[in-house]
Amino acid sequence: MSLSLCASVPERGVELELEVADGETLALIGPNGAGKSTALSLIAGALRPATGQVVLDGQVLTGQGRWVPPHQRQVTTLSQDPVLFPHLTARGNIRFGLRAQGQSRQRAHREAGRWLAELGISELADRRPAALSGGQAQRVAIARALAADPRLLLLDEPMAALDIDVAPALREQLRGFLAPRTALIVTHDVLDALSLADRIVVLEAGRVAEQGLTRELLTRPRTAFTARFAGLNLVTGRWAGGAVVLEDGTRLRAAGDFRAGSWVHAAFRPSAVRLTANDGIPRTVTGLLPRGDLIRVRTRGVAADLPPQEIAEHRLEPGSAVRLEIPAEAVTAYEA
Amino acid sequence: MRSLPRWMLLPALLGGLFVLLPLISMGLRVQWGSFGALVTSESSLQALRLSLQTSSTSALVCVVLGVPMSLVLARSSFRGLSLLRSLVLIPLVLPPVVGGIALLYTFGRQGLLGQHFELLGLQVAFSTTAVVLAQTFVALPFLVISLEGALRTAGTRYEAAAASLGARPTRVMLQVTLPLMMPALLSGTVLSFARALGEFGATITFAGSLQGTTRTLPLEIYLQRESDPEAAVALSFVLMIVAVLIIAVARRRVVA
Repeated sequence: MSLSLCASVPERGVELELEVADGETLALIGPNGAGKSTALSLIAGALRPATGQVVLDGQVLTGQGRWVPPHQRQVTTLSQDPVLFPHLTARGNIRFGLRAQGQSRQRAHREAGRWLAELGISELADRRPAALSGGQAQRVAIARALAADPRLLLLDEPMAALDIDVAPALREQLRGFLAPRTALIVTHDVLDALSLADRIVVLEAGRVAEQGLTRELLTRPRTAFTARFAGLNLVTGRWAGGAVVLEDGTRLRAAGDFRAGSWVHAAFRPSAVRLTANDGIPRTVTGLLPRGDLIRVRTRGVAADLPPQEIAEHRLEPGSAVRLEIPAEAVTAYEA
Repeated sequence: MRSLPRWMLLPALLGGLFVLLPLISMGLRVQWGSFGALVTSESSLQALRLSLQTSSTSALVCVVLGVPMSLVLARSSFRGLSLLRSLVLIPLVLPPVVGGIALLYTFGRQGLLGQHFELLGLQVAFSTTAVVLAQTFVALPFLVISLEGALRTAGTRYEAAAASLGARPTRVMLQVTLPLMMPALLSGTVLSFARALGEFGATITFAGSLQGTTRTLPLEIYLQRESDPEAAVALSFVLMIVAVLIIAVARRRVVA
C-alpha cells in the first residue's frame, strides 16, 4: 500500500513531494505552519491541490482529473482529539466503522469486541465517550481506526493531548499495531519518531527540508530544526586538520577524514559541552532553563547542559561571556 | 449577577411585567363556571381539532422539507448560498397577510401553479390543505433557523471522522449528523408547531374561515370575540396553556 504525494497548494505556500513505502511508518516533522497538516489533508481528501496528485497503491486518489471522495479512499485519520461519536458507546463507535465497511451486524459486533480486547479496554465497551478518560477515549479511537482496516493510517499527533503517564503505554501499543501497516505520523515528539517511525521527513516552509532513516536523521541532522528535534547541537564549518573551523575561526576537534576546506556539519549533545578557561568557542549566555537535574545554558547556536553547581560557581547569567569546549569523541562530523 | 448595575433591575422588571401582566389579566377574565361548556361547544371543538391536525401536519412537512434545507444551507458551498440563506428566512419577517396573498397567487385558482392544479381537478385555496400550506410557509423558517444554527455550531469534525472510517454520506447523515442534531431538531419542530398553531393572517387570507374546514382556533377566537367574548377568552386561555407547555418542552430540550 505505498503512497506517493506530489502536490502544490500555492495559497498555503506548500509544494510537497513525499513517498511512503508499503508497510512503512513515516514520521512527518517540522515547525508549526510547515505544511504537515496540509499534507495530511491532501492525502485524506479534505483539500484539493492546485496541481499534483495523490496515488495510493497504484490508484490515483487526487489528480489526473480524478477525485476519490474521502469515504472511498480507505485512508483513516487518527488525530489528537479522539472525535468519538458522543451518542454511541465505545463498542458502538468501533462498530460504526465496521458497519461502514459493509460488515454484517453480528460480525461487526463481534469484531468490535475483539478490538476492545486487543486494546485492553473490554470493560469499557458500554460506556459513552463522556464517561471515558483521555487515554481510554484515545484507545477507543485507535481501535475504531484500526478496525476500519484502512490501506493507510494517518496519525496527527495522536499522543499530544494525553497525560505524560498515559502516553508511553499507548505509544508501546501503537508501535505493535503500526509495525505491519502503512502509516504516516505527524509529531512534535522525538519519542514518537524514535519508537514508531522507520523514516522521517522534515518539512520547513512548505517544502521537504530533509529526509532519511530515523536513526540516521536523528544522529546526523542537517537542519537546525532537526537538530533541535533530536536534542543535538548542530554547527557547520570548514574542515581543516582534524577540526571543524567555524565562521568565527574557533576550532572544534572531531574524528573524520574530509577534504580540507570542504563544508562539514558537527553534531554534539548539549550535555557533552564543558566550560573552559581558555580556547574553546566564545559565546554569550542568552538564557538559562531548568532541564531535569541540569541547567540548559543557551548561547547563539550552541546549548550546554551543565550542573547547577557549575552555574553557581561561574555565576552564569544572561549576558555572561563563556568559553565552551566539546571533547572530540563527543562530536559527530559529517559532510554538509 | 453582582456586577450588574442596580438600576437595570427596574426596566428588566417592567419588561417582565409587560409580558406577564396581559396573560394574567386574561386569566382573571376567564369565567370558570362556564369554561367547560365554552371550550367544548361544537364550533370550539371543531376549531381545536382542526388546529391540532393542521399544525401537526405542518410540523411534519417542516421536518420533511426543513431538515434537507438546513443540511444544504449549513453543509454545502456554492455561489449565492448566503443570499439563499437570507431568502429562506423571509416568511419570518414578512407580515403573514402578505404571505397569504403570495400563496394565493401561487396556489389559488388563478395562481402560477393553481391554474394547472385546477385543470387536474385539484383546488387548493380555501381547503384544509391551504391551511397546512399557510402554516408551513410561516413555520418553516423556525425549524431551518434552529437546525442550521446547530449544524454550524457543531461543525463537521464528527462527519469528517465518519467519512474517514469509510461511511457513505447517507450513513453519515442518518447515523451521525441527525442523532447529534436531535435536540435542535426537536426544539425546532416544537417551535414550528407552535408557530403553525398560532397562525392567523396567512390562513385567513389564503384559506378563509370555513367552519370545520379552515377555521382554526385563532380564527375561531377572533370571530367569537365579536359574538361571544367569554368563549373567546376561554379559548385564548386554552391556547395559552398550550404555549406554556410548548415552552416547557422546548426549553428542556434545548438545555439538555
